[in-house]
Amino acid sequence: MLLTAFWFFASLMILFALSVVLLRNPVSCAMSLVMCFISLAALFVTLDATFIGIIQVLVYAGAVMVLFLFIIMLLDLRAEKTRRLNFGATLGGSLVVAAFLAILVQVINADPALSKPLPTLPAQAPDVKMIGFTLFHSFGLPFEVVGVLLLSATAGVIVLSRKSLR
Amino acid sequence: MTPTLANYLIASGLLFAIGLGGVMLRRSIIIIFMSLEMMLSAANLSLVAFSRYGLVAGHQNFDAQVLVFFIITVAAAEVAVGLAIIVSLYRARQTTHVEDLDTLKF
Repeated sequence: MLLTAFWFFASLMILFALSVVLLRNPVSCAMSLVMCFISLAALFVTLDATFIGIIQVLVYAGAVMVLFLFIIMLLDLRAEKTRRLNFGATLGGSLVVAAFLAILVQVINADPALSKPLPTLPAQAPDVKMIGFTLFHSFGLPFEVVGVLLLSATAGVIVLSRKSLR
Repeated sequence: MTPTLANYLIASGLLFAIGLGGVMLRRSIIIIFMSLEMMLSAANLSLVAFSRYGLVAGHQNFDAQVLVFFIITVAAAEVAVGLAIIVSLYRARQTTHVEDLDTLKF
């Protein structure tokens, strides 16, 4: 059951990720990325991280992608013109990606500890409660720092989007 | 039968590799930015997988899930600032094509 869900959502995620890179129209790219993030959230749920899955849907597939679509439509981006493909860049990019994947597969195959089955959790693990507990007991200072970061990002966006930068 | 940690790591690595390919092959700055977000999410997937497979006192490692929470927050801030930069770049140059933006090129 869990294995079927994993294969289904993982292949859906990879398929939509590929279509983000391969499609020409920016709006279809953004919609594919939304579907990719929703499949990723489903993968989080198969890993018993329900809270992270919900946050992924709300923040990434919701807020962030709406912002992307908003900017794409605001700038009125057309489909990318098929320019002459830079041969060196294409070859180099594909080589780097292939080398990365080869090394990754080799490393994962070398460690037998990575292929042990899923350990069982105690019945009804309190997911959200434990995350809140950890967040406010062990990560109080980082939490405050992230608040300051969000504030400075807001101020930065307001300054950047003024008509004339002084 | 349950999926193994290696399955999740391969899925995460594939997502990261596709994002990396998008960053290097695509020429529209918005698509490059979207591929960057994809790479960030791939890192989140491997963090959550490690937290589920490496139990601490019989529970998942919740430190990793809190870290993922922070990463998502920082990514949201990063998207807001990055898109504002793209909009002001478009205002100045009327293009989002990376080959037309080569002022800093040596």
